[in-house]
Amino acid sequence: MSNGPLHRIFVIALNTFREAIRDRVLYNLVLFVLLITASAILLGDLTDGHEARTIVNIGTNAMLLFGAFISIFVGVGLVSKEIEKRTVFAIFAKPVNRAEFIVGKYLGLCLTLLVNVAVMAVGVSLALLYVGSGTLAAGIWPTVYLIFLELCILTAVAILFSSFSTPALSALFTFCIFVIGHLSASLRELGNALGSAFAQYVLTAVYYLLPNLSMFSFRTEAANGMIPNGPMLLGGTAYAIVYIAILLTAAVIIFSRRNFK
Amino acid sequence: MEYIVEIKDLSKDYETGFWRKKKARALDGLTLNVRPGQIFGFLGGNGAGKTTTIKILMSLLFPTEGSAKILGRDISDVSMHSRIGYCPENPYFYDYLTANELMDYFGQIFGYDAAKRKQLTDELLTAVGLEEKSRNRQLRKFSKGMQQRVGLAQALINDPEIVFLDEPMSGLDPVGRREIRELIVSLREKGKTVFMSTHILSDVEALCDEVAILRGGRLSATGSLSDLLSTGNEQRAFELLIGGVASEQMRNAVSGINGAEVLTKPAGTAIEVLNESDIDAAIVAARSCGGKIISINPVSLSLEDLFVAPKTSQTED
Repeated sequence: MSNGPLHRIFVIALNTFREAIRDRVLYNLVLFVLLITASAILLGDLTDGHEARTIVNIGTNAMLLFGAFISIFVGVGLVSKEIEKRTVFAIFAKPVNRAEFIVGKYLGLCLTLLVNVAVMAVGVSLALLYVGSGTLAAGIWPTVYLIFLELCILTAVAILFSSFSTPALSALFTFCIFVIGHLSASLRELGNALGSAFAQYVLTAVYYLLPNLSMFSFRTEAANGMIPNGPMLLGGTAYAIVYIAILLTAAVIIFSRRNFK
Repeated sequence: MEYIVEIKDLSKDYETGFWRKKKARALDGLTLNVRPGQIFGFLGGNGAGKTTTIKILMSLLFPTEGSAKILGRDISDVSMHSRIGYCPENPYFYDYLTANELMDYFGQIFGYDAAKRKQLTDELLTAVGLEEKSRNRQLRKFSKGMQQRVGLAQALINDPEIVFLDEPMSGLDPVGRREIRELIVSLREKGKTVFMSTHILSDVEALCDEVAILRGGRLSATGSLSDLLSTGNEQRAFELLIGGVASEQMRNAVSGINGAEVLTKPAGTAIEVLNESDIDAAIVAARSCGGKIISINPVSLSLEDLFVAPKTSQTED
C-alpha cells in the first residue's frame, strides 16, 4: 500500500486523463487524420513536388493549434469545473492537499496532450512515408517534442488563470498569452528600436514575464528538413520546466486560499 | 480522548456585493465539543450555519476567527483526513465514472491495492443499498437518491473513526431513509462517531445521542436529547383528555382553575393545567359536566419546540 503525495498525484492525473478520454477530447484526432490524409493524397499535385514540406507544415501547425485548443479550453475547466460541480468537496475531505490536486490535474492534461500530439505525429510520419519522405518522417519528432513543451506551458498558464478567474476570462487571457508569447522576442526588439528608455524597460519586463513561446517554434524549419539541435532542445526543456514550476507554484498558492462555498 | 471534535469560537464571514463589499456572518462564535462513539445531531434551519461549520471542519472553507480540532489534530492538518469520512450535502461526483470506478478511485487515493478496493467497493455499495445492476452505470444516469447512497459509501471507504454527514437523508425515499438510519446505527455499534447535520427531526429523535441546535449562526442549545427535552420543568403542563363533554361546557367548569386551558381535539376535549396539584380539581370539574377521563399525560417539550423557538441551554461543559 503506497500512499505518498506522488502516488496521489499519479492517481489524480490518471483520472484526469480518463475524464478527457470519456469527454471525447481525443475525437479531434479523427479530424486531424482526415486533414493529413487529404493533404498527403491531394497536395502532391498542387504543390509541385513539395508535398512532404506541405504535410509537415500543415501537420505541425495543426498539432499546435489543436493542442492549444485543448490546453486552453480543457485547461481552464480543469479546476473550475471541479469547483462548479462540487466534486472537490469529496476529494479535499480525503488526505489530498491542494497542491497535489493542482499538480495531478495538470499532469493528467499533459498526459492527454502527449497522447494527442504523439498520435498526430505518427499520422504525419505515416503520411510522409506515404509520399516517400522517410528522412522527414523521422526528423519531425524533435519539433513535435518542442510543440509538446509549448502546450505544457500553455496548460500551466490556463491552470493559473483558472485558479482565480472565470473559465471565459481564463480562456481569453490564456489565448492572449499564447499569441503574445509568440511575439515576445519581437516585443523586446521593438523596445530597443523605439529608443525610449521607459518603453525599453516595459517591453523588456514583458519579455521576461511572459513565456517566450517562440523558443519552441521550429515548424517552418522542420518543413525544410532541419532538425532542432541539442542545445535548443535542452534549453527549451529547462526553460519549460522552470516556467511551469513557477506558474504551478503561483496557482497552488492562489488555489490554497480559496474557499469552496 | 475526551472529545473527538473540539470547536472553539468559530466564526465565518462571507463577503457579499460586487463594488461595495459587505460582510455577512454565517457562523458566529461557535463553541462545541463532541464525544467519541456517539451519533451527534447538528440541527438548524436553512442558513443556520450547519453546512458552513462542516465545510470549515473539512478545510473547504477557512474560518474568519476561531479554531477547531478533529481527533486532537488541527483541521488544517490534511493528513488527519485519512481517519475521517465526509458525505457532502447533495453529493455530486465525477459523472463520467461508474459507482464502482468512483469507489475504486477513492480507494486508490488511500493507497489500497486492487483486491482491497474491490472488496470495499462491493461491501460498501451493498451496505448503502445500491443495486448491483446500477454499479456499472455512469453516475450521470443516477437519481438523487442513488447519488446520496454512493456519497455515503465513499465516505466510509477508509473505515473512518468519525464520519461527517451533511443532510444524509436528503433525496432518499422512506425505504432508503430506513436503510441509511440502520447503517448509521451500525456505525455507532462499531464504535464510530457520526456527526450528522439534518433538519429532519424524526431522524434526530430516532438516532442521536446528543444534539446541537444552531440558529442564525449561533449555538442555541446543546446536550443530550433527553436533557434538552426535560429542561424547563417549570413550564411543563399536564393534559387531561376528556370524552363526552362539549368544550364550551368544560371551559365554564374549569374557569376557577388558575391557568387552565381547554382545547378541542379529535379524540375529545383536552384540559391543560400548569401544575400537578391542579389535576384533581380538573378531574372534579370534568366529572361535574358528565365527562369521562380518557387519559392524563405530562406535556413535555418536543424537539420541534426546541428547534422552532430554542432556549439557550448548555448541558455540556
